[in-house]
Amino acid sequence: MNADCKPGELVGLLRTMMVIRRFEERTLELQAAGLVHGAVHPSIGQEAAAVGVCSLLRPEDRLVSTHRGHGHCIAKGADLDRMMAELFGRRDGYCRGKGGSMHVAAFEVGMLGANGIVAGGLPIAAGAALAEMLAGSDNVAVGFFGDGATGEGAFHESMNVSRLWNLPVVWVCENNLYAADTALENTMPTPDAARYAAGYDMPSLIVDGNDVLAVRAAAAEAINRARTGGGPTFLEAKTFRRTQHVVRGAPVPDRRPAEIHAEWLRRDPIDRFSARLAAAGELPDDVLVGVKEDVEQALTAAIAFAAASPFPEPDEAFDGVFGQ
Amino acid sequence: MATMTYKTALDEAVAIEMRRDERVFYMSTAVPDGWVEEFGADRVRCSPISENMMTGMALGAAGSGMRPVVNWRATTFTFVAFDQIVNHVAKLRYMVGGQADFPILFRCYYMGGMRTAAQHTQSAYAMFAHVPGLKLVAPSNPADAMGLLRSAIRDNNPVVSFEALRLDGIEGSVPDEHHVPLGAAAIPRRGTDVTLVALGSMVSTALEAADELADEGISVEVIDPRTLVPLDVATIRDSVGATGRLVVADESPPRCSMAAEIITTVVEDADTFGALVAPAKRVTIADVPIPFSPPLEDHVLPGVDAVRTAIRQTMGDE
Repeated sequence: MNADCKPGELVGLLRTMMVIRRFEERTLELQAAGLVHGAVHPSIGQEAAAVGVCSLLRPEDRLVSTHRGHGHCIAKGADLDRMMAELFGRRDGYCRGKGGSMHVAAFEVGMLGANGIVAGGLPIAAGAALAEMLAGSDNVAVGFFGDGATGEGAFHESMNVSRLWNLPVVWVCENNLYAADTALENTMPTPDAARYAAGYDMPSLIVDGNDVLAVRAAAAEAINRARTGGGPTFLEAKTFRRTQHVVRGAPVPDRRPAEIHAEWLRRDPIDRFSARLAAAGELPDDVLVGVKEDVEQALTAAIAFAAASPFPEPDEAFDGVFGQ
Repeated sequence: MATMTYKTALDEAVAIEMRRDERVFYMSTAVPDGWVEEFGADRVRCSPISENMMTGMALGAAGSGMRPVVNWRATTFTFVAFDQIVNHVAKLRYMVGGQADFPILFRCYYMGGMRTAAQHTQSAYAMFAHVPGLKLVAPSNPADAMGLLRSAIRDNNPVVSFEALRLDGIEGSVPDEHHVPLGAAAIPRRGTDVTLVALGSMVSTALEAADELADEGISVEVIDPRTLVPLDVATIRDSVGATGRLVVADESPPRCSMAAEIITTVVEDADTFGALVAPAKRVTIADVPIPFSPPLEDHVLPGVDAVRTAIRQTMGDE
């Protein structure tokens, strides 16, 4: 058990995963209660990929996310209050109520946006990496995407240019086996998205995406390569989304087989990591209780902040199309 | 003051801004001669043929402190980048509540009359104009090419420049340190009988038609909006208010065109509408894809004759 964690960092990884889990569980409740608006794409079950990668990033590093972006945003260090206020459509939200769940962004911590278009963020991540390279910094960019994104031209164009120009970028494919409701065998010629990397002459890694330390170890290699001029890496994290692809209005039937759900429930990243920490003596009961209380308090505070924030005035709809 | 061609002015505007500001870099599937030597291969990036990727990269780089210039080359190729243009470039600043600015210049050329058939003869600016969040310029001469592009690069928003390939070789004088503010129309010819709003490639055609009509005693005022978004509505309305007649010349198909938009901005204003003494007319490409064979293409593109005929009609002479 290490993945280069300092004392306390292991529990920190667990805490961040729990924040993401509870943020999304509470978000779904708040959506049902009519306080969070529009569509919500939960990443419940996929928290280890976000935390394993982002725990090694600096605030100056850039990250571009997907429609399923809450976890990446939280793991990158965004403020929970302003995130929740955004989901509530309030003025104090990160996007002043212009973006919502699908477009939440926190530029102050290098999170350049969730994104409603599959693979749409990948060219943006490549561009952020290019900017860092041109500026001579050793900051990197991370582009998250799902297995479904491999069908898009933007995915292939971004892989190609990143290797061609040796951009300081880490491509993280969260392969959750389903593109929305469509099983992977209908969308990819091979179960491993990382095999595309070979065509672009790019190093690749496949990890258990529900093992936060495995993700973190692979991410360390990829991020280090990007920081030191070694160019892009394709990191594939095998994982599973426990909830529906999208939650909005009445629930729709989940077409994924019950056995797959059961198998991945046993591999839940938070349960597994808690058990592993406990077995190693790194998570005494009182510490776990304290972390849980701390997480609940943080979310209660975020929800209170969001609820207290006013809606934007209707005329604020006209603000911000263009900058000065 | 220097004399240069339209094409030279467009490229030189970018080069001047690259000399002035380290954050400006250039990306295209081909790069001008001498630029790699002057600016280095880092800042003059010859890209794979991936317009959508280049477009999104410019957005990501702009959001990370750079000021990219992307040359898509033919307007035709912008259609494969429409996801990034419409869903991302135009909207990102708004969707994130103004957390960052995205200064980008995109360039593309259109080429009516060059015998390049249907795909390569599309001005397309009306499609861009339909999307909130993009500024659009359409320079019609070397001085405006220089002045508009320098302003566009310094603007903190995405700006798309639509450049008429047919004008590449025309020469004109360009003042030193020339900047043309975005959103300000020019009035290259004053007149009293008819307002002729001409866009981009149609400005020279409009001026030629106006010269000929002057011999017939018809005084035509030619307006070149120069910037399509934001449009200088006030200058157009003022002119129509004085002349009482409006013709718009636009090298685009008619439906949902800039010509249609310009006429709408005139007729929905009660005062200007009240000043009209004749129906407004638009002179556009016919509502067909552009054919290849010269007599076919010439028949569907708007030329001097079509402009002259439309003006005579508004004067009640035909």
